Amino acid sequence: MEFQLTDAQRALQDAARKFAREVVRPKAAHYDETATFPLDLLTTAWELGLLNMAIPAEYGGVGLSHLDQTIVAEELSWGCAGVATSIIANDLANLPIILHATEEQKKRLLTPFTEKLKFSSFCLTEPEAGSDVANMQTTARLDGDHYVLNGAKCFITNGGQASQYTVFATVDKGKKHKGITCFVVEGRPEGLSVSKHENKMGQRASETVSLTFEDVRVPVANRIGEEGQGFAIAMATLDNSRPLTAMFSVGIARAALEHSMEYSTQRRTFGKPIIEHQAIQFMIADMAMNTHAARMLTYESAWLLDEGKRNSLQSSYAKCFAADMAMKVATDAVQVYGGYGYIKEYPVEKLMRDAKLIQVYEGTSQVQRLVIARELFK
Amino acid sequence: MKILVTAKRVEDPESKIKVKPDGSGIVQEGLKYKINPFDEIGVEEGLRLVAKHQGEVVVVSIGGKEVQEQLRHALAMGAHRAVWVNHTGPVDQLGIAALLQKVVEKEQPDLVILGKQSIDDDQNQVGQYLAEFLGWGQATFASKVESMESEQEKNKVPAIVLTADKKSVQVIREVDNGLATVECQLPAVVTTDLRLNQPRYASLPGIMKAKSKPIEELTPAKLSVDVTPAIQVLKMSAPPARKAGIKVADVPALVEKLHNEAKVV
Repeated sequence: MEFQLTDAQRALQDAARKFAREVVRPKAAHYDETATFPLDLLTTAWELGLLNMAIPAEYGGVGLSHLDQTIVAEELSWGCAGVATSIIANDLANLPIILHATEEQKKRLLTPFTEKLKFSSFCLTEPEAGSDVANMQTTARLDGDHYVLNGAKCFITNGGQASQYTVFATVDKGKKHKGITCFVVEGRPEGLSVSKHENKMGQRASETVSLTFEDVRVPVANRIGEEGQGFAIAMATLDNSRPLTAMFSVGIARAALEHSMEYSTQRRTFGKPIIEHQAIQFMIADMAMNTHAARMLTYESAWLLDEGKRNSLQSSYAKCFAADMAMKVATDAVQVYGGYGYIKEYPVEKLMRDAKLIQVYEGTSQVQRLVIARELFK
Repeated sequence: MKILVTAKRVEDPESKIKVKPDGSGIVQEGLKYKINPFDEIGVEEGLRLVAKHQGEVVVVSIGGKEVQEQLRHALAMGAHRAVWVNHTGPVDQLGIAALLQKVVEKEQPDLVILGKQSIDDDQNQVGQYLAEFLGWGQATFASKVESMESEQEKNKVPAIVLTADKKSVQVIREVDNGLATVECQLPAVVTTDLRLNQPRYASLPGIMKAKSKPIEELTPAKLSVDVTPAIQVLKMSAPPARKAGIKVADVPALVEKLHNEAKVV
């Protein structure tokens, strides 16, 4: 058992940290305030290979291991969780292709992302089907050598910027999750419409839209896997991406911890820096301890994937613990800052808003606990 | 053209540097290390020259196994291969220059680029010694006319320019009262100043590719260099802590102090 990063992992960490510190951080408050799409940051991220970390090298990507991806994810999220979510959105959308597509499909659908800046969106969630995926209402009807998609998707990251969509739809509602099938929609075909950008509480640099599909035609050649395999593909994708969202929490918490450490040595009350009050020391100790614990849980859940082992239990441990932890740590950071923490000119209230989303997206903390309990009693 | 660039391992200036209580050195535990920033500028300049004129950038570092981390960083930026002189004992600037001389004689580069100094002990000697040992021309403190934010920098206009006949380089260098342009016959030694360029970020594909780029291992013995230092560090100590300032009652008191004590007005 090794508890230290390799030289190559440290190099990845340094590269991502430099990008986060020098490119993302200076613009984070701006994109949070304006909720505009951070195209300049994503362009630099693409040039550095951060946008397609999971695409294997044979299709021009970086092909990082899951553990290496989490190392990078912590740094990105430390810079800005909203920007990190937008950066990772491509890999999330492409995971079903990476995991389940045929060789021909991989070449055709993955390679363009490594040749020029291009966005893709993962389209699973619906107004009536979040964690309850089996209740999916979007339908796919076979018509000759095409499927015809009809329905609505919501909370779609980068949906307004994307020129490719990985869409889940059911070929037979009666079959529940056994009817769900995965498709790749290329470009912006007729019938696909995009709503306005949602005005979110946090992670405002990531674009979130709703999509409507009205008789959108998708060639059969763009079906990933077989009919009815979509549910398994979606679950496998989320098992793969959960360590990344867990690590986003760690990045937010580390930022909150660092800000708190800095502020508490400068701010004075009762004649001394507040860090000399035990009440503050205890809060900061808890922040550091829990941030590190979440990082270790997440490393383990990613390492299991790299070992080719099932990680549903551990990735739910990691995602649930890390998200709840980041919410607490960011809230405490606001507490350490006192009144100033509530003011937008200071950096910590943004962290609190950003952290909240991680308890909600890609399976709420409650759903993670359901998964954990189910796994334990298996 | 073939360019040899140095890549020294130095303490990361963001780490907290503490002197050991007995003054025998600094506390190394918990320190982070990085490539000397002036060397990183050298790697960037080498890569830009090679992008324009073809050829290869070879990076060299001297030290224990850990300096491979800095070599890999330069390789991740785009350098083609690396030379590692494996040496862990004490060595002074003359020893470093002597080792580099042998590496240069072996590699036969057209140009050697070094940082003007390393940020750990700021000696500013090795480039000059090396040029002297080799009997080559030298242009130290290569710099840039424009600021880093200028259009020229964005367009990556170099301050080290190969002349049309490719037999010499023109170098803009920083001197006390401005900039001087010198021309040096190749092969030559150039040392870099801070404003020469903005080094690129290492990309993820670059880092992955660097894993498989070759690092050749040499030793002082293989290079037949005796690195017994002529200079010995007797003691290290932290600079004296800054004393707190004083408060003056009013402007006349301030002027009085500036005039009579500081003697600046």
